[in-house]
Amino acid sequence: MNTTRTERGVTYGILCLFALIALTPVAGILSTALADQDSLDTGFALPKSLNWGNFADAWTRGHFGTYLVSSVLVAVAVVAATTVLATLAAYAFGTMRFPGSNWLFYLFVLGLTLPQEAVIVPLYFDLRHWGLTNTYWGLILPQTAQSLAFGVFWMRTYFRNTPRSLLEAARIDGASHFSTLTRILLPMGRPAFSTLTVIVFMWTWNEFLMALVMVSDEAHRTVPLGLAFFQGQHSSDTALLAAAATLIALPVVLVYLLLQRRFIQGMLTGSAKE
Amino acid sequence: MSTGAATGTDPGATVEAEASARRGPTALRRFAARYRRQAPGEPRAVGYLYILPAMAVFGVFLLWPLGQTAWLSLLHWDGLTRATWAGADNYRHLLTDPELRAPFAHAAVLLLFYAVLPVAIGLLLTAALTRFRIRGMTFFRTVLFLPQVLAMVVVGVAWRAVLAPDGLLNDTLRTLGMGGLTRSWLGDHTWALPAVGSIGTWVETGLCLVLFLSGAQRIPRELYEAARIDGAGPVREFFTVTLPGLRAEIAVALTLTLVAALRNFDLIYITTSGGPGNATSVPAYEVYRRAFETGEVGSASAMGITLTAVIFALTMVVTRLVEGRRR
Repeated sequence: MNTTRTERGVTYGILCLFALIALTPVAGILSTALADQDSLDTGFALPKSLNWGNFADAWTRGHFGTYLVSSVLVAVAVVAATTVLATLAAYAFGTMRFPGSNWLFYLFVLGLTLPQEAVIVPLYFDLRHWGLTNTYWGLILPQTAQSLAFGVFWMRTYFRNTPRSLLEAARIDGASHFSTLTRILLPMGRPAFSTLTVIVFMWTWNEFLMALVMVSDEAHRTVPLGLAFFQGQHSSDTALLAAAATLIALPVVLVYLLLQRRFIQGMLTGSAKE
Repeated sequence: MSTGAATGTDPGATVEAEASARRGPTALRRFAARYRRQAPGEPRAVGYLYILPAMAVFGVFLLWPLGQTAWLSLLHWDGLTRATWAGADNYRHLLTDPELRAPFAHAAVLLLFYAVLPVAIGLLLTAALTRFRIRGMTFFRTVLFLPQVLAMVVVGVAWRAVLAPDGLLNDTLRTLGMGGLTRSWLGDHTWALPAVGSIGTWVETGLCLVLFLSGAQRIPRELYEAARIDGAGPVREFFTVTLPGLRAEIAVALTLTLVAALRNFDLIYITTSGGPGNATSVPAYEVYRRAFETGEVGSASAMGITLTAVIFALTMVVTRLVEGRRR
């Protein structure tokens, strides 16, 4: 194909422009996070010296140390529970035939587009009634339920795409359905699992509304909730606010940079229903 | 009739009962046969056992509350005292009360910014970017997709700094000599909604672009060459080759972005809290505010159910549009 030099120039120009637009607010946060705490400037002037102390301040004064512990705990539990439950269910949906299986599967798929606003109100009253508000369970269980929609959908696609002959061969060799799953399908499915893990981790880590409604005491606050409260209290303290925002974004961004293909693949397939 | 069949005084009923008794097992057998048509040793009912744990959690913490929301939407309840029956009142108010209609109007505006604009920009850029192989695509894809992985709370904090009265946007305008245009973007009655919408455009454009670029790479080169031989310019080429080739990607992009636009709670909470006045209140935020701040649980539930219905309807329309044309 013959393309002129100018055409190439324009194309890369456009791409760079959009990359710049995508990065500007992020760069703004980073530069503010490293700026002098006393400067009131929210602008983008590069800080004269790098003030790593802001992070330490956010950690101690903003209590982000405690919030991070809560976030890690909830995220790990939700990822683990979703992975195990979704794999078991998807294994049945993907490889076995039984009455009502399609119907049950569509119930799970329903959860893919269901907004939280459709369940959050009674969920709060239920959990309060069961004494689960202000506990980690109050965050873990509902978020696991929400992640299961994607988890079941995603893992079923994987199980469906494994060759049937493989399952038959395993059965002829005398493997039970459970050992077929643990010995053959799970080791083969590492890419599918890592996508599921990173996506659910990101969703749980970034979740805000559920934490806002279910948690009112400081001890169980997750980092996004912490940031919202921090903003309410120290809205003029831009440097600390930016440092806290950076601390929140950092774990997800690091995983994203390492596994960006998995992220993009998972997030784009989430809506691709049959 | 059941007495007749039991005592045997009605001959017609007896015959019928016998027939149904005969039919019963046959139907059952046929039903069973359908699922027996499996290789020997293939697992059957054990499938339910595998689904059970997931279904239990999903049912208790998602499906059951969904039903409860539907029920609550039919009540007047402040969350504390006894609820009273409301019937369709809460839904009727959604249609008649301007204060309840406004959030949906705002959501419609946000749909433009979150879904229509990003898809349009993504398509335009894709048309410009698919004319040759791009080097460094991994880098561009990573950067363009980055806004998607950031917590909305973080996005909100970052953009508040940009849109603040002395933030980057106003600074830039002043440097460009357009100081007259500066304002407190998020505090302005007219501009707060478009300002929040622009944040949405920023978040979603990268997603659309990444989707379309990867889709465009699957369009066979020969189609472009054929179009060019037929004398098609860049515009014709776009409408006859690129656009039809990206149909599936457009559907995915629209679905993801419109769901994001309507589920928009975090960003509103962090940037404007629905204000100034109710200039940026959206259904998702209104559900929270009514249920947990002003004690109008029934009204909040009705809004949540309506929002869900709107999301389902829109995603269905998008899917239909795509499938309809494919046939």
